[in-house]
Amino acid sequence: MKFVDEFREAGVINKAAEEIRRLAHPERQYRFMEVCGGHTHSIYRFGLRDLLPANIELIHGPGCPVCVLPMGRIDDGLSMARDPNVIFTAFGDMMRVPGTQGSPLEHKARGMDVRIVYSPSDALKLAQKNPDRHVMFFAIGFETTAPSTALVLMRAKSLGLENFSVFCNHVTIIPAIRAILDSPDMRIDAFVGPGHVSTVIGCRPYEWIAQQHAKPIVVSGFEPVDILQSIVMLLRQMNSGETKVENQYTRVVPWQGNPAALKVMAEVFELRPYFEWRGMGFISQSALKMKASYAQWDAEQRFSVPGVRVTDPKAAQCGEVLKGALKPAQCKLFGNECTPEHPIGALMVSSEGSCAAYYNYEHRKSVLTNIAEPVGVPA
Amino acid sequence: MCLAIPAKLIESPDPETGRVLVEVVGVRRHIDTGLLQDDPPLIGDWVLVHVGFAMSKISEEQALDQLRTLSLLGEDTAAREEVENYGFAEPVIVPASSPPRANDESEAPV
Repeated sequence: MKFVDEFREAGVINKAAEEIRRLAHPERQYRFMEVCGGHTHSIYRFGLRDLLPANIELIHGPGCPVCVLPMGRIDDGLSMARDPNVIFTAFGDMMRVPGTQGSPLEHKARGMDVRIVYSPSDALKLAQKNPDRHVMFFAIGFETTAPSTALVLMRAKSLGLENFSVFCNHVTIIPAIRAILDSPDMRIDAFVGPGHVSTVIGCRPYEWIAQQHAKPIVVSGFEPVDILQSIVMLLRQMNSGETKVENQYTRVVPWQGNPAALKVMAEVFELRPYFEWRGMGFISQSALKMKASYAQWDAEQRFSVPGVRVTDPKAAQCGEVLKGALKPAQCKLFGNECTPEHPIGALMVSSEGSCAAYYNYEHRKSVLTNIAEPVGVPA
Repeated sequence: MCLAIPAKLIESPDPETGRVLVEVVGVRRHIDTGLLQDDPPLIGDWVLVHVGFAMSKISEEQALDQLRTLSLLGEDTAAREEVENYGFAEPVIVPASSPPRANDESEAPV
């Protein structure tokens, strides 16, 4: 079996799975939300659900920036690029995301100047190389990518670069978690906290979750053993009655985060009063916009933005899936009309979206069951 | 975009621009270390890179773990494609026969 060799720590995985089985009280249900789309991908990829007792349910959180972006924002971004002088730039993840008139790639096929960039710096460089054109960068992402956008904007300002702007769609993870906890139909017991977002914001911003909502949270790495160890740590907290922030991913995440990155973000961005999240509605102070001192590079200030609001197709149930009320396969469109090749809902677009992950790995028997004892009945 | 890609510095960052040449998944590229200005990495250090920017310093062991994670997740090709396409500078071609090696070659993740 190919994966046996790759899982050098099969013994550790077995031990973690045994510990989870020992710690989980069979008479109660556990609902753990993994906040980050990277964790969702890893959980499906490695069939981790099959290693968990049936009474531990993993709920996929809002941490996929492509998935939570409302379709109207894609339409808004593309509308700016209808000006033939504009070069529309975005990360590759955005290229297949459908707007009402098609994805950026489909717009490119119709003649729009759409280009993939792998870094916001590349968009800046493109502007320097094309002084007669205007380069607009469609910025998305949580705190993992926002500092890079901010630093590029500081450089554009210091260069006095006039033909460059950013359409800012950066969102922040903490208000989304708050919205989930404040939602009346939500019954999350604990959180597997995001790994790479936390390299920037650190662990302190999660303390209110433990203190005000009495929910344990463990910042976790992405390997199978990381996620299983994080579940062990959550169960230990719950069994002891403790609720605190713990850091399983200490090898990468410093408790204080990256102060330089936070400083750069604070220089360029401020919080929007509210922002719409696909499937979750409007969440106050959940997204970033550029400060007035950067208005010259703010695409929303430079261009006429229609401010399109688009409701998802009625049959698509992305919102319910995103909040954990439905599992991906329970959506009416899942797997027939909505597939990774032809995504209708955004959760199917990104490999980190829970529907795409579920679709890609649903039929796969857990690769781990070949090396670890199956535990309980798969959920 | 959400990938964290480990990279090894093969020179020291330019103190003015923060630009530095790194090597990862068999590719040499420039990245930006401007977000690590409080604790700049040095030649030989490993960093985790998001969208062309070093976000944190990590140990070699952690870097190799992360490379292995990318490989297991089937994201190593995407990582290579991302790194190859950073436009910070023209590509520096590394012969395919000499990818970066771990100390123990049998455990090289890529």
